[in-house]
Amino acid sequence: MSDSGPGSHRYPTTRRTLTGWGRTAPSACDVAHVRSGEDVDLILASAAESGRSVVARGLARSYGDAAQCAGGIVIDTTGLDAVLDFDADTGLVRVGAGTSLDALMRGFVPRGWFVPVTPGTRHVTVGGAIAADIHGKNHHRDGSFCSYVTRLSLATPSGRREVSPERDPELFWATAGGMGMTGTVVEATFRMLPVETAVMTVDTERAENLDDCMDRMARRDADYRYSVAWVDCLARGTKMGRSVLTRADHARLDDLPTARRSEALCFAPQMRARVPVTPPSGLLNPVTVAAFNELWFRKAPRRRTGELQTMSTFFHPLDGVGAWNLLYGPRGMVQYQFAVPFGAEDAVREVLGRLSQARMASFLAVMKRFGDGDAGPLSFPVQGWTLALDLPVGPSGLGPLLDALDGIVAGAGGRVYLAKDSCLRPEVLEIMYPRLPEWRATRDRVDPGATFASDLSRRLGLAPRRPEKTRQDELDEMNETR
Amino acid sequence: MNDAMGMPQTAVVVGGTSDLARAILRVLVARRLRRVVLVGRDEIGLAAAAEELRALGAVAVDTVMHDVTDVVGAAAAVRDASTRLGQVDLVLVAAGMIGDQAKDEAVPEAVARVFSTNCTGPASVLASFAAALRQQGHGRIIVLSSVAGVRVRRANYIYGASKAGLDAYAQGMAEALRGSGVSLTIVRPGWVATRMTEGRTPAPLATTPDAVAADVVSGMERGASVVWSPGSLRLVFAVLRLMPQALWRRLPG
Repeated sequence: MSDSGPGSHRYPTTRRTLTGWGRTAPSACDVAHVRSGEDVDLILASAAESGRSVVARGLARSYGDAAQCAGGIVIDTTGLDAVLDFDADTGLVRVGAGTSLDALMRGFVPRGWFVPVTPGTRHVTVGGAIAADIHGKNHHRDGSFCSYVTRLSLATPSGRREVSPERDPELFWATAGGMGMTGTVVEATFRMLPVETAVMTVDTERAENLDDCMDRMARRDADYRYSVAWVDCLARGTKMGRSVLTRADHARLDDLPTARRSEALCFAPQMRARVPVTPPSGLLNPVTVAAFNELWFRKAPRRRTGELQTMSTFFHPLDGVGAWNLLYGPRGMVQYQFAVPFGAEDAVREVLGRLSQARMASFLAVMKRFGDGDAGPLSFPVQGWTLALDLPVGPSGLGPLLDALDGIVAGAGGRVYLAKDSCLRPEVLEIMYPRLPEWRATRDRVDPGATFASDLSRRLGLAPRRPEKTRQDELDEMNETR
Repeated sequence: MNDAMGMPQTAVVVGGTSDLARAILRVLVARRLRRVVLVGRDEIGLAAAAEELRALGAVAVDTVMHDVTDVVGAAAAVRDASTRLGQVDLVLVAAGMIGDQAKDEAVPEAVARVFSTNCTGPASVLASFAAALRQQGHGRIIVLSSVAGVRVRRANYIYGASKAGLDAYAQGMAEALRGSGVSLTIVRPGWVATRMTEGRTPAPLATTPDAVAADVVSGMERGASVVWSPGSLRLVFAVLRLMPQALWRRLPG
């Protein structure tokens, strides 16, 4: 324990080295495990007074450095995991910000309610879902997470604020995708989605190349609530961008065979395996990944309709393998996810071309069509195409390659997803998110002393820079005032 | 902040006029490096190095006058450099001198001077930086050592021994920094054609500052704890370390 000298009113913290899910760029932070919203208020007030920096951290599924704050305080929100209220008439649920989507699904799917938006993992908190304004396979139809949020209880250095799309909409939308820099979400109310079963009816088809895939998605996505394509980034030439397209809807009760109807809402996903040790970096290389991708493509049916899959199989296949990020070895990985507007299909083509040319081993990349974006100035999704790929860190040339991709994306009027980012340049951020000045103005209103900071915000210059005050500085100041 | 590839945005360089340091900085400025503080004792040399970095796209390059052998002033110089940058992503310790073995070896002051420039001076600066970075919770330290310190030779044992001391100190510091968010990389170049080695006969596997810089940056990307440059020296010295002294003595170079 540190930070608890005599006479200190500070919250107890533990110094820990933190990284994101990609396991790159570690930094040491003083972690506070809070148990109530009042704890968060206390930490923020005392940090604002002493000049220390703070950021919240949930289940740490951001890939990069969004949920760490070197030398500062990290509020671990996972203790704020209570389900406080549920209205079965409206589907509105009020929860602590540390509640995971996993817990919500386990609690609510059996009662006939699903989360409005889920990413590729259930292991994210509601607070994190709001800070990143997460999207899922239903974005083309349902938008991102914050579109379902009706109220937030937001702790700021200037006190607690209750915000909603009606009450202080500026702050509400600055918080949607605001990466924790406008306040720490303590509680949130949002609308769940009614479902009849815990089963998905899934249609699968193969696309021979990128154009074929985009064409199939553009024509028929509207017929499904969920749609996603897994793209083989190593395939070249006429096969570049060959993909397996899966689209699905929640099965209705009468879609199930009679025998399964009595357990229609059973939701009990299990972890089938866990990566036991960290293998050396380089296990996932162009050869092994190409072999895997080939297998994945071949095993997919050319066309299959109406297959019944469990929710976890369809939405969260990787959650079945614990700590799969360790497979990338001690150097870790980056996830590169970008979105470009419709009409910029050439940019997607060029990115794929560059990747396959560079023989950078990307496991299955994920492509999807985004619907309309929401009102958040920093919210990632914009109407168009998005592509996400995992790349192992290590090969020299990855940095310059990603810089080149940033250039292609920014040039096409697109952006990268900050929740995944770990290597964007600050000057490119300004181009990708043209509404930054507006967002900064709102942020300055609620956090004028720039108490909120993360390694990501410092790296990108999101918030005004300020040197971290050290404990020695604080001691010096205390001595001076005596 | 360092990005996922270990590329820094800010750096302090001790020995800011060193040819190796300048070559490394040129590569880093082409990547992410924007704000730099150059520390050294040669005002004109520092100004020239700063100008070069600005021309390459560095946004802010400051210079701090400090002689690395001034152990008493080390803490203040480190504080000054750190304050100018806010977050210090990289500390590059490149100060060093080769001395003149034949002239120096019977002169106590000359021997002490090589040691204070190459070993005790850098070690005391490193002590201050390690404490500052530990507090800050992140950052990387790069220490320029030399293969001359891996196994010391008759022909340059003052220089070799001073680098051996620095190298061993840095190894210990790297262990001490584990779990602090701060990493330390030791660089062991072979014979490099620089101002320091001007007029001397190149040793086998001689290299250039730009080649060393490329190896250092690729080591940073891999998170390497030791970088040999050229990389083949790692194997060469694995053998040379074990060689009987009688044979070692007779090697040319």
